[in-house]
Amino acid sequence: MSLISTSRVKSPWLIHFDCGSCNGCDIEVLACLTPVYDIERFGIINVGNPKHADILVVTGTVNHRNKKALKNIYDQMPEPKVVVAIGACGTSGGVFREAYNVVGGVDQVIPVDAYVSGCAPKPEAIIDGVVIALGKLAEKGKKVDQGIFERLEKTQEAIKAR
Amino acid sequence: MAKTVLPFGPQHPVLPEPLHLTLTIEDEIVKEAIPKLGYVHRGLEKLAEIRDHNQMIYIVERVCGICSCLHALCYCQGIESLMGLEVPSRAKYLRTIWSEMHRIHSHLLWLGLFADAFGFESLFMQFWRIRERVMDLQEETAGNRVILSVNQVGGVRRDISAESAQWILDTLKTVEKETLQLKSTILDDYTVKLRTVGKGVLTKEKAYELGAAGPTLRASGIAQDMRQTGYAAYSELDFAPVVETDGDCYARTTVRFNEIFQAIDLIRQAFSKLPEGELAVKPKGLPTGEVVSRVEQPRGECLYYIRGAGKKFLERVRIRTPTFANIPPLLDMLPGCDLADVPVLILTIDPCISCTER
Ligand code: SF4
Repeated sequence: MSLISTSRVKSPWLIHFDCGSCNGCDIEVLACLTPVYDIERFGIINVGNPKHADILVVTGTVNHRNKKALKNIYDQMPEPKVVVAIGACGTSGGVFREAYNVVGGVDQVIPVDAYVSGCAPKPEAIIDGVVIALGKLAEKGKKVDQGIFERLEKTQEAIKAR
Repeated sequence: MAKTVLPFGPQHPVLPEPLHLTLTIEDEIVKEAIPKLGYVHRGLEKLAEIRDHNQMIYIVERVCGICSCLHALCYCQGIESLMGLEVPSRAKYLRTIWSEMHRIHSHLLWLGLFADAFGFESLFMQFWRIRERVMDLQEETAGNRVILSVNQVGGVRRDISAESAQWILDTLKTVEKETLQLKSTILDDYTVKLRTVGKGVLTKEKAYELGAAGPTLRASGIAQDMRQTGYAAYSELDFAPVVETDGDCYARTTVRFNEIFQAIDLIRQAFSKLPEGELAVKPKGLPTGEVVSRVEQPRGECLYYIRGAGKKFLERVRIRTPTFANIPPLLDMLPGCDLADVPVLILTIDPCISCTER
């Protein structure tokens, strides 16, 4: 089990979902992957499938159309998982919060673990946010792992009792 | 074989933005494509009712983070003509310089994403590495990497000092050299050509009929560039639209690739002619009347319709962006193509969904 909990934090996979962002934050998230910032040195890989991902990076405000898509992607991710909300839009709705189609920040729809402020935040800030989220991922992972051992013991006892 | 209906998006690895296409395919050949939009719609135009015309600058900048400076420029030009302001010529030149910086970074970004769309990841990294230099220029001159916020009604908010100018010109030399080094990889490579040459052909007639804009239009052989209308300082600079005639993905790549060098050249010309003087005039009065303002964004023509009634709040702001114009041509290209080419074809119009849906 310790192998899994180590690799979960040392090699987390990340999925990026754009939810009504202006692109400013998206290109900064992508810039994190490129040689100058190189988020891969933390073992982070950008994947396209939510079922493979540990970290959900959300940019932009949630609106009435994409809130279902966002919830869907979040639900598809396996536990443990963490969410990072990027930019003023992701945290609160930013300049768009009074627009008629905007629900608000990402936390209106799914629980958020780390907020990155700025419009648009610099890639350094985004990396910082992801690293903070990694700490939470480790904690959540421990709980999940403990649960697994307890359940495993219970099953074994049940088998023995039979 | 029977028809299969395949949903493409809204969350797709090749698309940085949510776009949904319902593809009807038969034997891996696309028969029909129906777009579904609205995932990024925020309702920005309506915000004009609760934000006054100065605050609106910051809203329109956030229509799109890739060409933020040009949205603000287009909007400010509209308000200036409603108020009858004459912008100082130094401000006009500075606006040109920032616009062209945006064009360079946007085209490098696109070339990278395009390379990634057909699976050439190292080329993606190379283009984005060069792009970081341009981002540094923007951060140095405007204080922010993507949302520049340099335009204001009546002029610009920041100046570029002579030292910065020298540094910018030096950096651009490096950018030019490094981009040229990649030319043989993106334009002459055998495998890249297999994915681009002859794919998604848009004929000249079709491009005109469907109202394509920007590089998509120019790659089909129509020399139309809004910069020719001579807004900002373009009337005093020497340039000609970059045109290709084949109308396929390769031609569109070539147009964008060559426009990087055109933009570098325009920045050099602008610095060599940069006049001294004021940065902005003080706006007087309130916007009255209606106006249509146009600029050439990296993706094509952007149009703002603004109506004011002599109040602080505008009556109507209507934004028509280049990707909106380029979606009908895309739907014309898709039927008949291979399913594997769909991501390449979508990227070839350089879609900016947040612009389109606002
Ligand atoms: S926080 Fe700013 S840059 Fe990011 S999506 Fe919102 S408006 Fe765009």
